[in-house]
Amino acid sequence: MKRSLATAVAGGWLAAGWVAFALLPWYWLDLSRGLQDFVDFPLGVGGSALALGVAGDRPWLLLLAFPLLLATLALVLPLARGPGGALLTLGGVLGGLYLLAQGFAIGLKGWDWGWLGAAFGGTPRQEGLGPGGTLLLLAFLLLTCQGLARRGWCRGDAFVVSAIGTVVALIALFVFFPVARVLAHAVIDPSGAFALAGFVARISDHSIWGLDCLAGPLRCGVAWNTLLLASLVGVGSTLLGLAFALVATRSNSRFKGVLRILSVLPIITPPFVIGLALILIFGRSGIASTLLAEWLDVPRSRWIYGLPGILLAQLLAFTPIAFMILIGVVQGISPALEEAATTLRAGRWTTFRTITFPLLRPGLANAFLVGFVESMADFGNPLVLGGNYDVLSTKIFFAVVGAAVDESRAAVLAIVLLSFTLLAFFVQQAWLGKKVYTTVAGKGDGGLPAPLPRRVALLAAAVVAPWSVFMISVYGIIMVGGFVKSLGRDYTPTLVHLSTAFRIDWGNHGLRFAGSAWDSFFATIQVAAVAAPLTAALGLLTGYLLTRQSFAGKRAFEFGTLLSFAIPGTVIGVSYIVAFNVPPFELTGTGLILVLCFVFRNMPVGVRAGVATLSQIDRSLDEASLTLGASSATTVRRVVMPLLRPALIAALVYSFVRAMTSVSAVIFLVSAKYNMATTYIVGRVEAGEFGLAIAYSATLIVVMLLAIVGIQLAVGERKLGRRAAPQPTGRTL
Amino acid sequence: MKTPHSGTRRSPAAAARASVEFRAVTKRYGSVMAVDAVSFTIEPGTLVTLLGPSGCGKTTTLRLIAGLEMATAGRILIGGEDVTARSATDRDVSMVFQSYALFPHMSVIENVAYGPSVQGVRKADAEAMAAETLALVGLRGLEQRSTSELSGGQQQRVAVARALVLEPQVLLFDEPLSNLDAKLRRRVREDIRDLQQRLNLTVAYVTHDQEEALAVSDRIIVMAHAQVAQEGSPRELYEAPASLFVAEFIGDANIVAAEVGAIVGAEATVRLADLELRLPHRGARPGAVRLAIRPDAISLAETGGLAGTILKASYLGKVREYTVRTAIGDLFVTVPGRAEALVPGRAVGVGFTADGIVVLPE
Ligand SMILES: Nc1ncnc2c1ncn2[C@@H]1O[C@H](COP(=O)(O)OP(=O)(O)OP(=O)(O)O)[C@@H](O)[C@H]1O
Ligand SMILES: [Mg+2]
Repeated sequence: MKRSLATAVAGGWLAAGWVAFALLPWYWLDLSRGLQDFVDFPLGVGGSALALGVAGDRPWLLLLAFPLLLATLALVLPLARGPGGALLTLGGVLGGLYLLAQGFAIGLKGWDWGWLGAAFGGTPRQEGLGPGGTLLLLAFLLLTCQGLARRGWCRGDAFVVSAIGTVVALIALFVFFPVARVLAHAVIDPSGAFALAGFVARISDHSIWGLDCLAGPLRCGVAWNTLLLASLVGVGSTLLGLAFALVATRSNSRFKGVLRILSVLPIITPPFVIGLALILIFGRSGIASTLLAEWLDVPRSRWIYGLPGILLAQLLAFTPIAFMILIGVVQGISPALEEAATTLRAGRWTTFRTITFPLLRPGLANAFLVGFVESMADFGNPLVLGGNYDVLSTKIFFAVVGAAVDESRAAVLAIVLLSFTLLAFFVQQAWLGKKVYTTVAGKGDGGLPAPLPRRVALLAAAVVAPWSVFMISVYGIIMVGGFVKSLGRDYTPTLVHLSTAFRIDWGNHGLRFAGSAWDSFFATIQVAAVAAPLTAALGLLTGYLLTRQSFAGKRAFEFGTLLSFAIPGTVIGVSYIVAFNVPPFELTGTGLILVLCFVFRNMPVGVRAGVATLSQIDRSLDEASLTLGASSATTVRRVVMPLLRPALIAALVYSFVRAMTSVSAVIFLVSAKYNMATTYIVGRVEAGEFGLAIAYSATLIVVMLLAIVGIQLAVGERKLGRRAAPQPTGRTL
Repeated sequence: MKTPHSGTRRSPAAAARASVEFRAVTKRYGSVMAVDAVSFTIEPGTLVTLLGPSGCGKTTTLRLIAGLEMATAGRILIGGEDVTARSATDRDVSMVFQSYALFPHMSVIENVAYGPSVQGVRKADAEAMAAETLALVGLRGLEQRSTSELSGGQQQRVAVARALVLEPQVLLFDEPLSNLDAKLRRRVREDIRDLQQRLNLTVAYVTHDQEEALAVSDRIIVMAHAQVAQEGSPRELYEAPASLFVAEFIGDANIVAAEVGAIVGAEATVRLADLELRLPHRGARPGAVRLAIRPDAISLAETGGLAGTILKASYLGKVREYTVRTAIGDLFVTVPGRAEALVPGRAVGVGFTADGIVVLPE
């Protein structure tokens, strides 16, 4: 019975493949043009591969029928499991490879692969893959997986093979392929020839690696700037985070609640908003500058623009992340260890120095690396506050959209940035890799954590208190700034900024969203709402495969999924426009590319959440389900998913919030139709409309809070058999 | 509430119970040999225990039967059918896990009804089957409870009910009693045995408690170092251990050196210090051998027999345990608790009963 189910699934994909080939529009269409593309159906713009191959000018599409026939034979002929599987695999692999090859070989303007053009001649052209092309590609992929399952891969479990195949293919297409394209871009000159010398010259350029600032008043290379900033942020956020974590866990201060909120707020704050608040406080006409100028005659200056400003903003933005990493580690240190040390007559300070601190070291290293990478990847704050202090992420941006567009320079800078973050990632994996997933064991092992030694406690409190006040005032500015006329000059309360952005008119045609921000607001919500469930699904599925299935190449698979996290948003943004601007995957200017970008940027969080939660769930629950005759797919649906609710919430919330707050990647990908809230706000900041920008940001923060509450309610609690009222039990044993 | 109609369950005798056969099955994890060319047969309707020290491959063997691990080499047959390449989903085998593995997000009845419902049985029917099985294990009335509201013993029975409800050809237990206290352990193991005999189930049962194994099994497979050390009925293993390892593992044994003299028929004259005993020779040839002497086969008297001195003494109520120093080594001895106490340092005469002594084959 089960085997016939597998056959039905394979047959379904085969049918989908034939439909995609014979009926669906093969090429990319702009659906906003309505049905106009279908007037000549099955030929014309919306034509199918079969029709265009037979009657149109695209005969090469006909060859796709051959692998489809192979797969059909494999399913129809009464072959034994082994050979049938081999034939099915062959059909799927051949079809997929040929589909990709023809897509890359023949582009918008003719042959993209010159040697093929030389062999065949002519100038065939084609557009990017559309519904038909994409579905057929997917069908070939899944038929391959079905074939491999029949050949005994993953204990013959087609669901598992298909899941692995799909995740691998998606990561390859949307992470590795674009990055590879960028790398290729850097070593190929504009005419398309391979130019290693040019690449070497560009990557060793003085503007990247120059060290003039050591000798005199000149500026250093952008690579050194970035490294210096990232190191300062790494060290600073780690120390601050440690102070916060110690105060939060090891002292009985009343701060604790405040600290919790302060640690969550920056997560739902678009990163550059902090930079903006800093300008409003310390800029030339900021609140603090004005007060100082009027009361103490301190001349107004632009000191906040440059390294100090970016550093301050990034410390504010990334300290909470360090705090969250370190609080886990601090709580994870078993009090029993410290108690053991105390019973061995160690004093508080000795205990801290010899037991607590060494146990914290991996956490510290981890927090440093995360701060380091986040700083490198940050784009919004350097853009807002950078002044003359260039960093790689902004340089890349201006190389792509600035006055002098130079894509190969952008590619080179992207490579430098990518090498830095990958280096940090490798260090982290090699050195700490094994500790990443260890979670606090469910067992409470009693005991009281040792109180902090006096000097450590004092030091931590001395750091935490003023910093908290500073953070609160920054958020005060964010909440107030949008509702006064002009911060620093005129404090008359007003709703004018809010109404410019979000005015709603009752016109002749009824409701009209007249505010300037509505378009980007709706686009953002739409993209975030589509991306979040996809991200969560893909991330949790990957987490499930990593924890519950064993297959060849699992370590490489795991590494690949984590690697995509180490690629900075700016690099992803550049690589997406480079890779997805031309057929066969022509996606720029669509909302889809934004969704895809978010899904693959944020997927690793879903993976981590899934892995962490699943490793706390006893594996024998899955096995019990399997021995009761449930298939893997049923087990996932009925046993694993209900227990994964906390991870599902985490992944949904995180991906939704990140989709609403990130700038670095999307700023390259937005279009007139799909502008995002963050890029709109950055634009307002650059135009000096701070009030509007702040009002919009505050609105976003409120919307995100509502969304988080909504997601919690929608997904619901994981009910671990806590039923409200025990039923009358009758006879008990 | 619906009363389960009796038509849903086949009568125990009619249910088809299958044999389990291992043919030179090997399981390797990287370089670790977890099961090494193991062969055995479990007859239909019998309870066979896999017994052995920690890490000898018992759990792995059980998981191989269930299809949760795939054999590296060899064949596995269930009911005469080759299932080596089949996944757990496709084998008609259920398992009771050491941790019970009850689904925490489902009630008792939902847990038990899970098996039928994933097989496509309608919900009402699945719950009727579940209720009937719960009654069978004595849990009527607890159907709607959540699993966290049950005692350890009740959870264990829910796990058994969940495994039983599909009337599997083979039922597997992995140390099902290890989470229970000593008293409960005895009662539950009797329940399991009772159920197995009533429903005529084929059961493979893993434990490392030899007393438990002796109490419940039709046959015992003793494993050591990923291989089968000996297979037999509880009595065969106790009375005729095939090796030193089995003799020491099943029941306590004093291992002493002795000398085989003349062999007459099935018996031999064995010299133990200055005593002479007549024992089945079990293939031993004249010369040096080792004997396994059960602690209750040794008697202590004022004088006579082998001279010894009490070294340690402890009183356990039902029995008294002594360690006695003699010329053939320190002997571990148990005598009935009602016997008179002997204090350490006292000289005694040590005697032997022949039916508690076996010659160990080399
Ligand atoms: N997934 C695995 N990977 C590597 N080695 C394993 C794995 N599972 C078990 N082993 C090894 O195989 C051997 C047998 O393990 P198994 O779990 O079958 O032992 P066991 O007899 O059930 O022991 P216990 O009584 O302690 O449960 C052990 O040496 C164990 O370390
Ligand atoms: Mg075990």
